[in-house]
Order: sequence, then structure tokens, then C-alpha cells
Amino acid sequence: MSSDNSRLRESALFDRRVIAEIQRAANEGMYEIRGFGAKRKMPHFDDLVFLGASVSRYPLEGYREKCGTDVLLGTRFAKKPIRLKVPITIAGMSFGSLSANAKEALGRGANEVGTSTTTGDGGMTPEERGHSSQLVYQYLPSRYGMNPDDLRKADAIEVVIGQGAKPGGGGMLLGQKISDRVAEMRCLPKDIDQRSACRHPDWTGPDDLTIKINELREITDWEKPIYVKIGATRTYYDVMLAVKAGADVIVLDGMQGGTGATQDVFIENVGIPTLPAVRLAVEALQEMNMHRKVQLVVSGGIRSGADVAKALAFGADAVSVGTAALIALGDNSPEFEEDYNKLGTSAGFYHDYAKGNDPAGISTQTKELSDRLDPVKGGKRLANYLRTITLEAQTIARACGKSHVHNLEPEDMVALTMEAAAMAKLPLAGTDWYPGKGFNAASRR
Amino acid sequence: METIDLAKTELRELNQQLHDLTADTDKTNWTVENPKGMHNVAVGLNVPVTVEINGHVGYYCAGMNQEATVIVNGSCSTGVAENMMSGLVHIKGNVSQSAGATGVGGLLLIDGNASSRCGISMKGIDIVVKGSVGHMSAFMGQKGNLVVCGDAGDALGDSLYEAHLYVKGVVKSLGADCIQKEMRDEHKKELGDLLEKAGITDHKVEDFTRYGSARELYNFKIDNVDAY
Repeated sequence: MSSDNSRLRESALFDRRVIAEIQRAANEGMYEIRGFGAKRKMPHFDDLVFLGASVSRYPLEGYREKCGTDVLLGTRFAKKPIRLKVPITIAGMSFGSLSANAKEALGRGANEVGTSTTTGDGGMTPEERGHSSQLVYQYLPSRYGMNPDDLRKADAIEVVIGQGAKPGGGGMLLGQKISDRVAEMRCLPKDIDQRSACRHPDWTGPDDLTIKINELREITDWEKPIYVKIGATRTYYDVMLAVKAGADVIVLDGMQGGTGATQDVFIENVGIPTLPAVRLAVEALQEMNMHRKVQLVVSGGIRSGADVAKALAFGADAVSVGTAALIALGDNSPEFEEDYNKLGTSAGFYHDYAKGNDPAGISTQTKELSDRLDPVKGGKRLANYLRTITLEAQTIARACGKSHVHNLEPEDMVALTMEAAAMAKLPLAGTDWYPGKGFNAASRR
Repeated sequence: METIDLAKTELRELNQQLHDLTADTDKTNWTVENPKGMHNVAVGLNVPVTVEINGHVGYYCAGMNQEATVIVNGSCSTGVAENMMSGLVHIKGNVSQSAGATGVGGLLLIDGNASSRCGISMKGIDIVVKGSVGHMSAFMGQKGNLVVCGDAGDALGDSLYEAHLYVKGVVKSLGADCIQKEMRDEHKKELGDLLEKAGITDHKVEDFTRYGSARELYNFKIDNVDAY
């Protein structure tokens, strides 16, 4: 290479990463399957700021004046709604994708702060049930591990239609992650790739969904809240249809939502960001006069208390964290840098959850690796993290003069960029305008 | 004998009464009248009782059944006995699509025909259809047995895992990775036992053909790209 690097000109279109991917595809003949979530830059909550109280509004005293964080989910039809102490839940992640220790740690951490965890594609493990005082049981297209006994043990049922990382897509648990136990739970042989269907096997469309939800209610004697989880795409209409079908709770996962194993092209190119999705979902609920009657849980890129506060300010009732929860357990920790390097990556970049060789012992079924994660210590780290972001959300809410985080409202926020202003329908900071203001709202859904 | 008339009693009350039964109940025989196409009749049963339904039912009749015997003197819509765990569900008429979907155990016996996707994602259930089945039956079938005394529609056993398929009549076409297989002694015994269990005496084991997975799609290979 020339010693004068200033003469080298990298293509903006074919940068080194793009060239490397074309070369990899040419060599391997296979698309990239990875975990984590979207890595591309896109409009997000970072592009919004709060208008703290000043002369026209007065704030609440930090550490002195109460700012509530509790939330009740499933008040529409369920005899036994779920009450959470914090508006931050743990997203659905499967045993199979995650180790038993990781699932236990999630349960312990969530319990400590008084929130719920969620099963995933693979069914409910006794450890998970035992360590989660409030457990949401996912009802997925594959129905791996699905059985009515576990359905009755659940505190809520989440009918999964899609997830933000891959709306419209199924899943694949690669053979190397199929232990004896995972295979048995899924009624499949060991060592084979286990496909998860993209559609439910016994219903299609919103009218069928209504009947399916009623079936689940009948089986569980109308006790349990029924959530419907959707990946963010045609969010306004999907939310309306899910509400019409009888959902108690909508779980909305934006395209930044994490995944255990999905094609990179899917993660980065399908779905819409959480920012416009949450606004569309709340609009749909408000137009049906169902806002706060059907609760909204938002996920996809929730990292901090600021993200929590912003999602709630749009009108969500709670948020859900997946990727951030795994990071709190120890995912991508510098402690394992040497092992990450051996895998050709580095702490902070690791995303090969599908391969089963996770140095942090989280996305693996290999005992030597999963033993690295102490579920008690992992649970403690998760609880610390959840408490921290709850305190952060309260800090912002108090600054805006709110005695409960649910009292935050869109009017408390402004946008820093044109894109965020347009998607959030919030004014650009210092103006009373956002792109598209005054045009027919329906045309932008 | 307990009798519930759905023209006079809410479905919720029927299902609740059935759920309230304990394993040692003496109310072991139930009759349901006037279902009139109602959905979710007798779902989530959990004890060894017999429920006989006189008339046609809608979606998901006997869904997630455990231990109970459910007899329908009529036809069923979508998803009869979906995710059934054990027991017997016997349909005297025809059934719509996704019969026995994701079923884990027990016997689903259909005297008439079954529409498309019969036994989709089956996980251990035995399904015996005296008539024919529609397209994509046993799609992604993981475990269990599907016996078809009539014909099978297009793409039988598409993306099949380890479910065993036995068809007496004509198979219009086989789905991806599903092939005809040799009927060995253990399969003849398996099929014979199933026919006996279903009370079928007018079909001989020798007249059936076995189909199963070629197991070529078990692990993703780019060379199989045409099948994806």
C-alpha cells in the first residue's frame, strides 16, 4: 500500500464493509444469519428531547416527591390482570436460543424489581416458571413445547404474530444449539435445524384471530390477559385489527428489536423503526377510544430511562427490553475479550447468537459456556440495570412535573431532526411545525 | 348423563362446568345439544370424561384435549383437536382445515374427509382419516402418525420431519423432502395397531403406502436452494 493514504478514496456506495460482504457471499454462497438487532442508523428516541418544567410548568422534587411507576396490564377482559412495579418488562426469548442459566437470571432479575419475563419459541421450562413470579407464555406459530398445563400456569398469554427484527419471517434454531433437552421439548430429533413457521398453523387473518383468542380464553377460563405481539410494519391497521380481535394488550416491536438468529438482510431492511410505530399504535388506540383500555407495550431499541420515558410519553403503558437485558447479564462484556477475539470478533461487536458458542454463556446450550453465567449474579446485574433505567425515567418525569411516569405526554417532547419530527409528529425544536403538518394524516400510515 | 343445551346455556358455562370436573368425578358422560356451528366447544378438557356433541361445530372443537373422549355427531370447522395432548376425538362427519394441528398425543379419528393441512406441525398425535385429506397435509409434521384411507391432495408431507404417513389411495403429489418409503415390519405393526385402535376392519395394512422424510432438508445447505 502506498505510504500516502490521503490519496486513497473509499467508495460511499461500495465501502469496505459492503465489499467484504460481497466477497463473503461469493465464497460461502449463503446469506448471513446473526443475532442482536438492526445495526444501521435510523431515526430513534435519541432524536427527541424533553421540555423540562420552568416558568409555565413546575417540576417535582427529586428523591422527595413521589413519581409512580406501577402499571396494570390486561384490564380489558382478563379476570387476573398483571400488576408490575415498573413499566419495563423482559421480552420473549426462548430456552434453546438462550441457556437455562440465562433464562433463570432473567427471571431472578425481573422478580427482584417486580416485573414480568416472557417465554419464547420452545416452551416453558420449570426453572423459568419457578424463578419468574410473573411469566408471560408465548403462543407462537411453531407451538414448540406448547401444552395446556403450561398455558394454565402462565400469568398471561402472548399470541406472537411477528417480531420487529423479522416481521413476516419465521425462525431457525441451528442444529448446533439443539441439546437433548431442547430437542425433547420441541418433539424433534437432535442436531437438525429447527424451523419455526412464519404463520400460525390453524388460523389466518383477523377474523380467525378473534376465534383463536376466544379459544385461549375459554381454555384458561378468561383469567389470563391475552397479549398480541406484532412486528412494526402497517402498525396503525395491525393495532386496530388486534384490538378488534379482542387483545387485552398490544406488544409492539419496532425494527430495532433483537433476535437470536435472523438473516441480516431481514433485520436491516424489513419493518419500520420504533419511533413512528409507537405513535401510530397510540393513534389507532385513541381513534378506537381504547387507549389505556387496551394496554400498549413497546419494544425495539429500549436502552435507557430516556427511551422508557419517551415511549411512555407517546402513550405506551410499558416497554420491553431484550437485547439490553442480555447485555446487563454479561453479553458483549470485555471480560470475555480473548474468547471473542478467537471467534474473530470483539466485545461490543458480538452478534453470533445463532452459533451456540457465546463466550458469555448466554446464547448457548454448551454446558462449559453456560456455566460461566451465574444466574444469581446475572439476575442481580439485570435488577441493577432495570432499577437504574426506572430511576432515569422517573428523573425525566419529575423534571416535566409528572407524579407518575404515565403522565408524560407527547407535548413534553420536541424533535431534533426533520425525520424524527415527521415520524413522531412532534414539532422540530424551537418551532411549532413538523413535516407533513396539515396534510391528511391517513395518507402517511 | 349430563346434558347441556347450547340453545339455552352459554358456551362459557359449558366449558367452565367441564373444566371444574376432577379426575374422580362421577359425571363422566356428557351430551351437548344444539352446537349450531359454535366455536371453541369443549376446549381444554383435562379429565377422562366422555362428551358427545350432537350437531356441527365451528373452529377448534376439543382444542388442547387431555384425557377426555369427545365425539362429534356432525362436522367440524377449522382446527378440530388442535394441540391435542391425549384422549380420543372422534368426528363422525367431515372436518375443515388444520385438523389435529400441532397435536402432541391421543387419537383423532375422522370418519369423513379432512380438508387442507390436516396434521400440520403434528408433534406426536395419531390421526386416522377414513376419507381423504386435502393439500399440504402433515406439513412440517414432526412426530406421530397420519393414516389416510382415501386419497391425499397436493404436497403431502411438505418439509416433513419424523411423522409417519400411511395412505391407501392416490397421493396427488408429495411435498418437498417427502418420499415414498419401504413398509417394514415395524411399520406394518404400527399401522395395524392404529387401524385396530380406530376400529377399522375394512382396510388391509398391505394396501397402504408409507411416506416419510428424505431428511435432505434437515440442515440448511445452499445446494438445496431450489427447495427453499
